[in-house]
Amino acid sequence: MFNIDRWQEIFEAISKNKLRTFLTGVSVGSGIFILIILLGIASGFKNGTEHQFSRDASTLIEFWSNRTSKEYNGMNSGRRIKMDIYDYDIITKQYKDVLEYEAAGFSKGNLTTSYESESGTYRLVGTMPDRLFLENATLVAGRFLNQRDYEASLKVAVLGIPVAEDLFKEPESGIGKIISIGKIQYKVIGVFQDIGGERDEARIYLPHTTLTTLYNTTNSGSSFLFTLNPIANYDLALAQTEAFAKQVKEKLQKRHKVHPDDLTAIRYNNAVENSKDIYMLILGMNLFFWMIGILTLIAGIVGVGNIMLIIVKERTKEIGIRKALGAQPKAIVAMVLHEAIFITSISGMIGLLLGFVVLEIIGGQIQTEFILNPKVNFSIAISTVILLVISGAVAGYFPAKYASKIKPIIALRDE
Amino acid sequence: MLKYTNEQIAAMIAIQNLHKSYQIGSNSLPVLKGIDFNVKEGEMVSIMGSSGSGKSTLLNIIGILDEADEGSYHLDNIEVKNLNEKIAAKYRNKFLGFIFQSFNLINYKTAVDNVSLPLYYQGVSRKEREERALFYLEKVGLADWSKHLPSELSGGQKQRVAIARALASDPKVLLADEPTGALDTKTSYGVMELLQQINDEGKTLIIVTHEPDIAAMTKRNVELKDGLIIGDTIINQVRPQLHV
Ligand SMILES: Nc1ncnc2c1ncn2[C@@H]1O[C@H](COP(=O)(O)OP(=O)(O)OP(=O)(O)O)[C@@H](O)[C@H]1O
Ligand SMILES: [Mg+2]
Repeated sequence: MFNIDRWQEIFEAISKNKLRTFLTGVSVGSGIFILIILLGIASGFKNGTEHQFSRDASTLIEFWSNRTSKEYNGMNSGRRIKMDIYDYDIITKQYKDVLEYEAAGFSKGNLTTSYESESGTYRLVGTMPDRLFLENATLVAGRFLNQRDYEASLKVAVLGIPVAEDLFKEPESGIGKIISIGKIQYKVIGVFQDIGGERDEARIYLPHTTLTTLYNTTNSGSSFLFTLNPIANYDLALAQTEAFAKQVKEKLQKRHKVHPDDLTAIRYNNAVENSKDIYMLILGMNLFFWMIGILTLIAGIVGVGNIMLIIVKERTKEIGIRKALGAQPKAIVAMVLHEAIFITSISGMIGLLLGFVVLEIIGGQIQTEFILNPKVNFSIAISTVILLVISGAVAGYFPAKYASKIKPIIALRDE
Repeated sequence: MLKYTNEQIAAMIAIQNLHKSYQIGSNSLPVLKGIDFNVKEGEMVSIMGSSGSGKSTLLNIIGILDEADEGSYHLDNIEVKNLNEKIAAKYRNKFLGFIFQSFNLINYKTAVDNVSLPLYYQGVSRKEREERALFYLEKVGLADWSKHLPSELSGGQKQRVAIARALASDPKVLLADEPTGALDTKTSYGVMELLQQINDEGKTLIIVTHEPDIAAMTKRNVELKDGLIIGDTIINQVRPQLHV
């Protein structure tokens, strides 16, 4: 395939036929550009829908603990079970290949939060960076907790929007301010919104390590939240998450010496059970998304084929000359295909980049509730280009073959 | 009969009883109706005849650009018959050089790149192609024009580039279909002088022409009429300087 002479022939043909190259490039490039924009909108639509219809991540699996309700191994019922950070570490380590997002939560109430003359009492939740995704919450301002906040037990706080409104009137103006909770001072780093409503918004997120250390409950983690790597098929997703939840529950029961049939000590909720509709909707979106992709691809194949046929017709005389000078049919096929594939790939890449840039620019400005974060999976985009190039070669093969069959006497006739 | 066969073996081109007709709709239009034609190495032959007499058809068959319906054709003792595209391309490249009335240069390639094209299809390395192309451009007097595009050259210069290109692969036979048809008299004579010089160096040439003064500059004149050879005479070659 790599033949310096052939590349030189092609660069020569391209650079000496700028208009033709430009037109081919524009049609292929704009095709890819449109494809990227459409795919972006489709995925934004999908994200928006997913976000609109679920309070928490639609695949959330949550564990929490309470008092036992059965005697076991000589221990009374009514014993308080506290899941701790060691439980959490064991679970996350064992399942790290299947977990998508993970966070432990430790809650505390009854402390007054104040800023200057404003104050209120809100639920404090010590947690980890993935919590934002697990709650399906969105940032209104600032940032969420990150790994560094967590590891260094920093005194930073992310406020729910009603909390920020109470304390600062303008929620955004709270970023960077110092608030006090109990007797301790925290810096506000972000404000979030959660369509779960009051229940999920009237709270303050702090690094898990900060809260547990301050209140001498180093090992406590009162709830664990997980999502597993997504599976598009609902039945498979349900089976997988149920199996995961049952295994984890058994493990926790064993570690805390709880009767296997105890219904209250260790409990979980698997959101996948109730999100069949969302799965179906997303499946529909994916079908729509692929329909667009495949239709664009077909348009691309036809387009490339047409352009190549025009190129070949335009070059009939040149091809006749080359054949009279001794070009073999396969040399003509290679010349036409090579040039077409080269132009297609380069202009496809340009269209791809432009599409990404435009998506990036307009993506943030779209203010519709149903389109969120319109982005295209880069690997899908790349494979689309590769597929387009291959299809271009397939579509171009016939014009190239036609070119190789051009009879020099007919091409060279003086008229 | 035996003598004839010996002559055939010595011939560069040996054609016997060649027939060719074109299919136009359901009608068959006979163009060549039984041509016997031999050319020995080093000859310079002109083919004349009225328009439609079959001159280009004969030249195209000799050039393996077209195929005869009937009869035999040997080029340098190799039978040319039922060749596939691949072999035909190889023979054209190795044995034949073409010169056309309308030059047929590739308009986006410089003179030197046009000349080196047959060598490209022979798989000659770029450096050597360039060297050999420059050698032939020098031979046709255009060394200084090697980097020019055809659009920057005069008609005579274009035809010289085409001649250099036809020579580049050092073929056995040069075939020229009305090489001076698009040129004025003075330029035509310049081109003919060059072709004579090439013939003097031993190359076999076949030139189709309408013009008697051009035909007079060859060494042998063949007259075609309605698909048959009606005259074949050895002539005294005229050198163009005499005309100027
Ligand atoms: N591909 C073709 N299909 C049909 N008829 C053809 C074809 N090529 C040539 N002819 C016919 O064959 C006859 C001979 O054509 P040819 O080109 O050999 O003539 P010529 O002697 O070269 O004429 P001119 O001096 O005008 O070039 C003409 O009548 C022409 O119309
Ligand atoms: Mg003719």
